[in-house]
Amino acid sequence: MLGFLFRRSLLALFVVFAISVITFVLSHVAVDPATGIAGDSATDADLAAIRVQYGFDQPLMTQYAGYLADLARGDLGRSYLSGEPVGQIIAERVPATALLACLSLLFALGIAIPLGVLAALHANSWLDRMALTLAVVGQAVPNFWAGLLLILLFGIKLGWLPISGSDSLAHFILPAITLGSFAMPALMRLVRAGMIEVLEADYIRTARAMGLGEGQILFKYALRNAVLPVISLTAVQFGFMLGGSIVVESIFAVQGVGYLAWQSMSRSDMPVIQAIVLLISMIYILLTLFADLANAALDPRIRSKA
Amino acid sequence: MTDTSPDTTAGAPAIRRLSVRKHLGFMIGAGILGAIVLVAVFAPLIAPHDPYAQELALRLKPPFWHDGAEPGYLLGTDALGRDYLSRMIYGARISVALSFGAILISGLIGITLGMVAGYFGGWVDTAISALITTRLSLPVVLVALAIVSIVGGSLTVVLLVIGLLLWDQFAVVARTATMKLRNAEYVASAQAMGASRFHILTAELLPNISAPLIVVATVEMANAVLIEAALSFLGLGVQAPLPSWGLMLSEGKNFMFFSPWVITLPGLCLFFLTLSINLLGDGLRDILGARR
Repeated sequence: MLGFLFRRSLLALFVVFAISVITFVLSHVAVDPATGIAGDSATDADLAAIRVQYGFDQPLMTQYAGYLADLARGDLGRSYLSGEPVGQIIAERVPATALLACLSLLFALGIAIPLGVLAALHANSWLDRMALTLAVVGQAVPNFWAGLLLILLFGIKLGWLPISGSDSLAHFILPAITLGSFAMPALMRLVRAGMIEVLEADYIRTARAMGLGEGQILFKYALRNAVLPVISLTAVQFGFMLGGSIVVESIFAVQGVGYLAWQSMSRSDMPVIQAIVLLISMIYILLTLFADLANAALDPRIRSKA
Repeated sequence: MTDTSPDTTAGAPAIRRLSVRKHLGFMIGAGILGAIVLVAVFAPLIAPHDPYAQELALRLKPPFWHDGAEPGYLLGTDALGRDYLSRMIYGARISVALSFGAILISGLIGITLGMVAGYFGGWVDTAISALITTRLSLPVVLVALAIVSIVGGSLTVVLLVIGLLLWDQFAVVARTATMKLRNAEYVASAQAMGASRFHILTAELLPNISAPLIVVATVEMANAVLIEAALSFLGLGVQAPLPSWGLMLSEGKNFMFFSPWVITLPGLCLFFLTLSINLLGDGLRDILGARR
């Protein structure tokens, strides 16, 4: 297990390094960062001065080394637009996105687990078929469209919920449903499949034969085992949500990291974009690492493979 | 693919083939997708109007089932007075062309990488696996948006970016499948007959690992459709005046409070296209027995 942990961590480090190179090259080679700072109306002399001031005239390797050194000190650079430290700008936006992601996950699991269990208990019944249909349909709905429809229904027609901003908890309900409904189908299918498999296992039959109550069997033995693989998928889905939050936050103007990413992209604020891609990738990597470790802990066969 | 080399996938193909017509989901999916592809191909013949022609006197006319609908404009008009039905018909071209194009690119990259890693093993496999893990760690939507915002949005850029991003599952599946088959007898006999590695990979192995790859292709096609729509919706993808369904949603969202059809209709198109591809994929998975 320790060897596995070591190999996976080494790989994760390599991946972080690779991603930092990708984002750096994209933001320094694909565009002229000097134009980004000075704006389109800058003269050639302005641009030259900025290049010297920011070190863009240095060889790319030197610039990258400087960037890595800054990164190691926790310095993510300054926004081209506001001049504020990128780290501070992003930190201000983290709580809203974290809250949104947690609520979305809560919503997704809150539907996926009970529905998956019910569908498994009544496999091939009308309830099961309805749950599967819901999953197929849910997976095909583009989440930004779902967001707009929710705004129309609950925000405009019924007037129950706020549709824009992130001032109160109520502001997060519609965005969380939008984001969560995208993760729900995959989780629900996994709970259902896991429950069906576990319910046929010998130890459940034994528990039944010993006269244990159905409720006790269900919650104490079956669910606990069926939910284990769901944990690793949940970690992965959580990562997807962070990526998907950019779309959902833009629709609902939630003042989170995703909305910040979209604003920065619309205005070519490279240091912020670069930092957000790196940050979310790193969270992604940690979550995947966690999922792999959880799987390895559960299944010894995986440990020897990676 | 008219390869006649022995099929190593277990089970009887004859029995599976019978079930194609009986698989309801597959038939529904194939039917809807087929209809959308036909609409895309014959768009100039079907569309009642020029999708770019603006008629400012006829702005935001509702579809035929509403009061005040304009005769000749079956699904109404958008904020610039363009015929909505015609724009949706032409929009099918963008989604269909983009999703097929993107999986061609990503399939080529992913299958090549995966098969090479699986066949050669050793340090080649280690290097390619690291590449796959790097790609899996990139948040696709975010990276696609960042690249498109840097390079500038256009249909070609969106196609390339999505194609260059969605190869990971092809590679993962091709790698595992190739690993399983590389010691099969027919591969050994081809080697003994002096076949080149290229021949073994493309003519012997590829046809035999194609079933799970076709299923991956459907999943990635649906992804490509949704990512293009999301990019265009955020204003960073396909640019106006092209009638991309995602872009139509974006243009419509400012008018949706009084003219809700401008967002419901293109969204329904996206929904049905994605649904049909997913149903087709689920069906193929059952029919081809390509469980992963």
